[in-house]
Amino acid sequence: MAEEKKEKTGFFARLKSGLSKTRNGFVNGMDSIFKGFKSIDEEFYEELEEMLIMGDVGVNTTNVLIEKLRESVKKNHVHEPSECRELLIESIKEIMSPPEDAYSFTDEKTVIMVVGVNGVGKTTTVGKLASRMKESGKKVLVAAADTFRAAANEQLTRWAEKAGVDIVSSKEGTDPASVVYDAVTAAKARNVDVLLCDTAGRLHNKKNLMDELAKMNRIVDREYPGAKRETWVVLDATTGQNAVHQAREFNEAAHLNGIVLTKMDGTAKGGIAIAISSELNIPVKYIGVGEGIDDLQRFDCDEFVTALFDVSDSKED
Amino acid sequence: MAFESLTEKLQNVFKSLRGKGRLSEEDVKAALKDVKMALLEADVNFKVVKQFINSVTERAVGQDVLDGINPGQMVIKIVNEEMTALMGDEVTELSFRPGKELTIFMLCGLQGAGKTTAAAKIASRLKLKSKKTLLVACDIYRPAAIEQLKRNGEKVETEVFSMGTDVKPSVIARNAVDYAVKNNFNVVILDTAGRLHIDEDMMDELVDIKNTVDVHETLLVVDAMTGQDAVNVASEFNEKIGLDGVILSKADGDTRGGAALSVKAVTGKPILFVSNGEKLDQIEPFYPDRMANRILGMGDVLSLIEKAEQAALDRDEEKDKKMVSRLKKGKFDFNDYLESLSAMRKMGGLSSIMSMMPGMGGKMPDLDTDESALKLKRTEAIVLSMTPEERENPKLMNPRRKFRIAKGAGLDIAEVNRFIKQFEQSQKMMKQLPSMMGKFGGKRGKFPF
Repeated sequence: MAEEKKEKTGFFARLKSGLSKTRNGFVNGMDSIFKGFKSIDEEFYEELEEMLIMGDVGVNTTNVLIEKLRESVKKNHVHEPSECRELLIESIKEIMSPPEDAYSFTDEKTVIMVVGVNGVGKTTTVGKLASRMKESGKKVLVAAADTFRAAANEQLTRWAEKAGVDIVSSKEGTDPASVVYDAVTAAKARNVDVLLCDTAGRLHNKKNLMDELAKMNRIVDREYPGAKRETWVVLDATTGQNAVHQAREFNEAAHLNGIVLTKMDGTAKGGIAIAISSELNIPVKYIGVGEGIDDLQRFDCDEFVTALFDVSDSKED
Repeated sequence: MAFESLTEKLQNVFKSLRGKGRLSEEDVKAALKDVKMALLEADVNFKVVKQFINSVTERAVGQDVLDGINPGQMVIKIVNEEMTALMGDEVTELSFRPGKELTIFMLCGLQGAGKTTAAAKIASRLKLKSKKTLLVACDIYRPAAIEQLKRNGEKVETEVFSMGTDVKPSVIARNAVDYAVKNNFNVVILDTAGRLHIDEDMMDELVDIKNTVDVHETLLVVDAMTGQDAVNVASEFNEKIGLDGVILSKADGDTRGGAALSVKAVTGKPILFVSNGEKLDQIEPFYPDRMANRILGMGDVLSLIEKAEQAALDRDEEKDKKMVSRLKKGKFDFNDYLESLSAMRKMGGLSSIMSMMPGMGGKMPDLDTDESALKLKRTEAIVLSMTPEERENPKLMNPRRKFRIAKGAGLDIAEVNRFIKQFEQSQKMMKQLPSMMGKFGGKRGKFPF
């Protein structure tokens, strides 16, 4: 597929440049542990634990990872701290690997709902996704179902213009469900491949907003039963442990099947992605490493972990 | 999740710590382990946590345990005090230039931190203080950012100054200030574009604005949900452009806002506002103590401690001792009952005490409903209708006396009978369970239910 080919070229370079700040902080610390310790003792584990927690991996997931490491150290009779590096990478990969059908939506008529709390970059993500999918030859329609935030409509309209896709929108303050209804009707009528719905930012503990989300979902279910459904939660990489909570609540209200991790170009370590994958078993599907329209990339966990840990990796450069 | 569980975890710690007069090192360590986990779950920066735990340990070991609370709670009390100290003890307000001089605030922060919303919220607050405020749209990058500010400005009835997206932010700021001076504005709020703290060019842009206009206070908007990275963001902003204060946004999630503590610890700058909702009046001053409670997820236990302290102040030590010895002998009369009733009131009623007890929260039926409050009032009336002799010696009760009491309390004799029977039962229970009195640590558990 065209989209896939495009992804391969320069993915590494882009991810790595985007992640470079991330990587430096994280890996330098990691390497100083793996190289600095002479033996695998309690202090070594403690340092490792500290590093993971500092990377927003979270207490629970850190414990899981450390336990796993302890086990495999015992099982494989590992004595060198430096060997632990590979083991740790392996277990993170194990946690984060997406299921095989994670991207099967690209072959069917799909409705993608993009949800998340306020300010994580939903509208921007929808804009970027629209542009990507359009480029790969899909017929894309975006729906501006964020009828709450001032000027959210306009923001998405700009993105739609940039990407060259159609947009369905309504006035500020209208029922977002009606926008979704219009969008679904339009998608069917125009034989659209992918309908991307941008929704209002909502805190996961606001019950009526979550109900509103469920309502939008019901409308799509009813009006467009044949479509493949995807619901993605957008998470800011700088978010801390609360993101696990967010994802869990959204999952209950709207059954998530993907995560888009944005703003990975700061110094945030994005360890929260590991935490969520581990605790909720929802795969990360896309990752945003910059502001450019091409800076949203398909998430490849092997490459992610490798890029995150390996400073001197140059095989693709 | 972490929220409720800290209370539960600490309850377990309390169990093993009960009944000691002084905090030993083990007590402190045991209690602090859970505090540490709670802080990390609340996204307080790891290094800040480490430092914090150390200073608490130092202070706590060897401390006398206060009356009415147990060692675990004592540790929490110290934790809370230290945390409040770390966050600043007082509420910090925005400062203004004297007299008619124009005050300029600049808001900055990462993308999506909530700057534009915060700008409008501050404007709405200033409106209440009868300041004439000008909102300035310096975000020339994000599509529709200017429209967003304009809409929000309309909602809070504040003028918005913008020059489109083709003018440099520093130039916009310059013109805005000129405009403000000419039109007698008191305050200018510069809403800048979201930027990464590692993006040199964008950071320079802020420096440029600061060099162009005389910014009175530079405020960093920080998302309350930020994780470990909050420290890096805040210190970079502080180093590169210099901060005067912090606004904590999106604090209405169930996030505990550990970022606030991290930012304060690293930059030393006060947190001025907490912004907590989409509505444009939802912004309030930052109360360090409240945030400390929130981060610990321990607000309830803390207020229990406070109340116990307050009640302890009101108590007569001698009386207490007498009562304890009486209780041990199984001598519990109606006077004691009355007293325990009033002590309970002081602590905010039965259900409030019960809900504050670690592990009890949520599991208790609502005891302060009108009905049960009424019931308590009635039993009080029954006791008050007794003669002093009767109160001292419950055994005096006979049908005649009961009839008189019922009349005096305005109740049916059946109710008087029921109450006295209940009372006798709890008297028996008191004899059997002297250990139960330790629930609140020592002397407080004399309520016969």
